[in-house]
Amino acid sequence: MKQGGMSKQALREWLNTRKPDWETIENTLNGRAPAPPRALTNCREQLSAYKQVMNDLSLSRRVNGNALITRYLENLFLKLNEDIHKPSQQLFEQLGYLFQVETPLLMRQLKTSLISALLIFCAGIAAGWFMVDRFPDLASLFASAEMINKVHAGELWTDDLLNIMPSSFLSFSIAANNIAVSLTAFALGALYGVGTLYILGLNGLMLGAVFAFTAHYGMADRLFEFVIAHGVVELSVIIIAGAMGLQLGESLIRPGNRNRLQAFQQSCRNTGIIMLVSVPFLLLAGLIEGYISPNDSYSMATRVIIGVVSGLVFWFIMLFGWPRRHSSSSGQP
Amino acid sequence: MNETMSTQPGQDDRYLHIQTPDGLDYRLEIANMGARSHAFLIDWHIRLLIATAWLFGMGTALFSLSELESIFDLDDMAWPFIMLWLSTLFIYLFYHIVLEIVMGGRTPGKRMAGVKLVTLQGKTPGAGAIILRNVFRLIDALPGFYAIGLICVGLTRHHVRIGDLASGLVLVYDDAVKQKELQQMTRLAMHSELSNDDQALLIDLLKRWKQLSRDTRIQYARHFLQRIGHDAHIPATEKKHDKTYKQVLEQLLAGESGQ
Repeated sequence: MKQGGMSKQALREWLNTRKPDWETIENTLNGRAPAPPRALTNCREQLSAYKQVMNDLSLSRRVNGNALITRYLENLFLKLNEDIHKPSQQLFEQLGYLFQVETPLLMRQLKTSLISALLIFCAGIAAGWFMVDRFPDLASLFASAEMINKVHAGELWTDDLLNIMPSSFLSFSIAANNIAVSLTAFALGALYGVGTLYILGLNGLMLGAVFAFTAHYGMADRLFEFVIAHGVVELSVIIIAGAMGLQLGESLIRPGNRNRLQAFQQSCRNTGIIMLVSVPFLLLAGLIEGYISPNDSYSMATRVIIGVVSGLVFWFIMLFGWPRRHSSSSGQP
Repeated sequence: MNETMSTQPGQDDRYLHIQTPDGLDYRLEIANMGARSHAFLIDWHIRLLIATAWLFGMGTALFSLSELESIFDLDDMAWPFIMLWLSTLFIYLFYHIVLEIVMGGRTPGKRMAGVKLVTLQGKTPGAGAIILRNVFRLIDALPGFYAIGLICVGLTRHHVRIGDLASGLVLVYDDAVKQKELQQMTRLAMHSELSNDDQALLIDLLKRWKQLSRDTRIQYARHFLQRIGHDAHIPATEKKHDKTYKQVLEQLLAGESGQ
């Protein structure tokens, strides 16, 4: 009996000859068989195996059609293809490239979104300040009853933070909250940027309103003293997250010469990289907010220096990249 | 990412068509809403179970019974309890991210539902794409019960939610033929007169034999034997005659044609 131009006997011969090779290839891919000691030999053997499996698959498709053996060979081919084309595992080089080259380049490309996010946030602050300054009763829209009562009593809700929980836990919970806010501001950009506008505007409104409310009771300087050490990095990351969200919305509204899906995916990739780099800085802001901001032993000058220096370092890394050694190559790993 | 592979959309919406630079093309069947929901529900139960086990396991190991009475007292919670709750929340929230990275686009639920995540080039997704996909759960889960995600799955060509669109991933059926089935396949291909479809059916039926009820096994086996024209002559009165059917099927698998 002939099958696809091949007799049963020929098929048997072919399967008997090739099966041990397929098993060896699969065992090598799964790490069950030892790889050749020399990397170059290993590469040559893998390329040779790849070509053999490709030939086997072509033959099997012609002879066996969509049989199980063909499906098995397709899987083996896919695994080999992936193994051959996978990028090299150079984590530190990749991280270096990300922080030194890719992030500053992307930040410059997304300049317009950054400026827009900053303006929206500042407009929110101004609106919040104006509203509560003119109508102090509106403070209840932005602050809890407990916070308002404390301010009425001449205290700030931040005064006894360290008596409620230890610094380590405070840092952790604040960082977790800020990361959640940043990721939400970013992800809501997929709703044509409307969700990001809401988060940015709301956070700006709250900040302006709370400062106006404390200013009404002559305590704005104390709130500023609490916020300045950690606030520069924290608000910067939130603005960057908002900018990335706006960029996602922009890619959906105005995809340019690509289709909407392509523009959205490219935008997600670029903005995702910036989020990946900037969000960990919220851990630094959380540590400052847990250990330094509520601690009365730090003077105003120290707090300002910490805030300004941490902010400068953050923006330097984001805009110009992590400083490179002259000997290192600037090429992509 | 290997940009030399290209997708060919629009040929057949049920499949993700991929062509390699070597001229070999292949296709992966896209998982539908049912398979996706099935996988999610299994995963949801598993992560809820693990998180609950962690909460109560660590709770009973670290605290006394009298202390544990205040574990649900959210207004006045001691910070060790808050840490315990946060670690539980971490397990619940990071279940998908961690397992999808470790298991190459799969989770226990996806494995049980027979689906896996791949890139548009058919490859195992990287950590970046998986993290991005999971960040967009914030949107897909809105306003509740993954409503936006489900609507998106229902409306898109590749049955994907916003997280998949953002990260360029697709959920496909994981029809990988295992290495241990190679022996059976080659034996069938070499010795059996069964058609390719019947060979696949036979292996699949025997693979699922233990999962099927006794009546279903007999029904499927009888239909299969009728389909291939096999005259089994197994009397319905015979005790344990599902085992007899299995023996007949295993003989066919061994290449002993009884036609």
